[in-house]
Amino acid sequence: MTMTTVDPAQLARESHKHVGDVARDALTMTWRNLLRLTRNPELMVFSTVQPIIFVLMFRYVFGGAITIPDYPYVDFLMAGVWVQSVTFGALNTGVGLAEDLQAGLIERFRSLPMARSAVLVGRTTADLVRNFFVVAVMTTVGFMVGFNYHTSALALLGALGIVLLFSYALSWLSALLGLMAPNAETAQAAFFPIVAVLVFASAAFVPVQTMPGWLQAFAKNQPVTAVIDAVRALTLGGPTAGKVVSALVWIAGIVAVFAPLSIRRYRKVA
Amino acid sequence: MAVEVEDLVKHFGDVHALDGVSFGVEAGTVLGLLGPNGAGKTTAVRILTSIITPDTGTASVLGIDVAEYPESVRLRIGLAGQYAAVDEVLTGRENLRLVGRLCHLPRADAESRAEELLGRFGLSDAGDRSLKTYSGGMRRRLDLAAALVHRPPVLFLDEPTTGLDPGSRLDLWAIIGELVDEGTTVLLTTQYLEEADRLADQIVVIDHGLVIAEGTATELKGRIGSTHIEVVVAAGAADQARAALSTVGPETAPDAPNAIAIQVADGSKAVLDAVRALDAAAIEVEGLAVREPTLDDVFLELTGHAADDIQTAGD
Repeated sequence: MTMTTVDPAQLARESHKHVGDVARDALTMTWRNLLRLTRNPELMVFSTVQPIIFVLMFRYVFGGAITIPDYPYVDFLMAGVWVQSVTFGALNTGVGLAEDLQAGLIERFRSLPMARSAVLVGRTTADLVRNFFVVAVMTTVGFMVGFNYHTSALALLGALGIVLLFSYALSWLSALLGLMAPNAETAQAAFFPIVAVLVFASAAFVPVQTMPGWLQAFAKNQPVTAVIDAVRALTLGGPTAGKVVSALVWIAGIVAVFAPLSIRRYRKVA
Repeated sequence: MAVEVEDLVKHFGDVHALDGVSFGVEAGTVLGLLGPNGAGKTTAVRILTSIITPDTGTASVLGIDVAEYPESVRLRIGLAGQYAAVDEVLTGRENLRLVGRLCHLPRADAESRAEELLGRFGLSDAGDRSLKTYSGGMRRRLDLAAALVHRPPVLFLDEPTTGLDPGSRLDLWAIIGELVDEGTTVLLTTQYLEEADRLADQIVVIDHGLVIAEGTATELKGRIGSTHIEVVVAAGAADQARAALSTVGPETAPDAPNAIAIQVADGSKAVLDAVRALDAAAIEVEGLAVREPTLDDVFLELTGHAADDIQTAGD
């Protein structure tokens, strides 16, 4: 059936996606996801209160028991709490996508003349914006309970930038799980053990040297530790360049693996 | 043809959702795609709306091949789904604005179009409330409004009234009727025979991924052509009445314990025969009705199972 009532030139024009439209669709979806967030005050409160509680808990509950050579524990701690929060927070990406799938919204989006990439890009970008605020709140609270950096303000900003880049990379892992899970609860259940192992078997809260040898082998060679080492180097000082490169390589690697997998999965679902 | 599919085949593993389906919808008319759950209706709609691709076969909308030019098709169609695909957390107005923006309307146009649609669908007062406060009928109206934001000439409605109360269903039917009057081409899937009867110019009946009948509602009913007489008698007299009526026609499944239904060829002549037979046996009749064939009968005849069975077996 090739009867075409529409001018072929017009069809060709319509098939061509303008970069501006693609970017605008992604922005629209980001706006939508952030708007949803403001309508869910519980989520807003929990996603900021929880990190604050972690800062306070580790600072005051464990701070007395754990001593780190050369630095006050809180200076050592902040890198761990930042990374821990954004790692667990990445869960939101997958849960949000699983909810949209379940509600049939992805189906509607796919029938609209919008860029297909906008659903995933809009989701991960909105989560990046959310993480920006979470990290900002934690940093403020950190300063209030005695955190101090031993490098420069620029290095501190670099550290926070790496934390946010890492959160963005994890959003793509989370997105894949969210698109594979039959519902939001399953997405959550699948994501939690992965990140729990990554966060707790890492340098987040205690030096890796205190762990048994077999665990050290894992803890030293995984992305959360790599990112925390870089963030610590940028806030506490010491050799920095290699650690930052290692963190960035992990981040780029996670995006390189999970973004294409998520996009491929997204094309298949709905 | 505004919508046309030819030899569509789509298998999901062992499930033959579509096994070679062809049909067309003429511009400005309504086609009812009728069938039980799992018949392949939704799969056909998802192929036509560019959401999935068929294994083989072609689909076109307004003469545009869906697989070749999905972007062009999406510019010209609206889809309202069975599950009311609207964002629960946002307000009605925000939902419509979102769709408007995603259809690349300028901000001001998206805003005024949202306002206009809220008014048209009786949602002006609820426009700034979260969808959590909407009733099922309101949600479905908003879903339909969302499908109309970019004024598509072709509309796909996938079971638009499934699960709605009768009042909301009538509201939605009236709205769909208006859209058709304005010239919109509609492909509607439904498992409600009454809905197809009421809205569709042409009906295509599909079951197990195959077209098993097509025609107008009248044509389909004519093909079955069985008229029934239903007699209601006092509770104790049913057996006696049954015996008296056995000379008029073969008995079929009755609707109630003290009702007797018989199948007849000529309704008006059979009524007289039935009255005479009942009178001769001195049976007091509480009610008597002639029932012309409905699409339910058509369905039972064509698929071997009643439409009601299908509805309860579904979901």
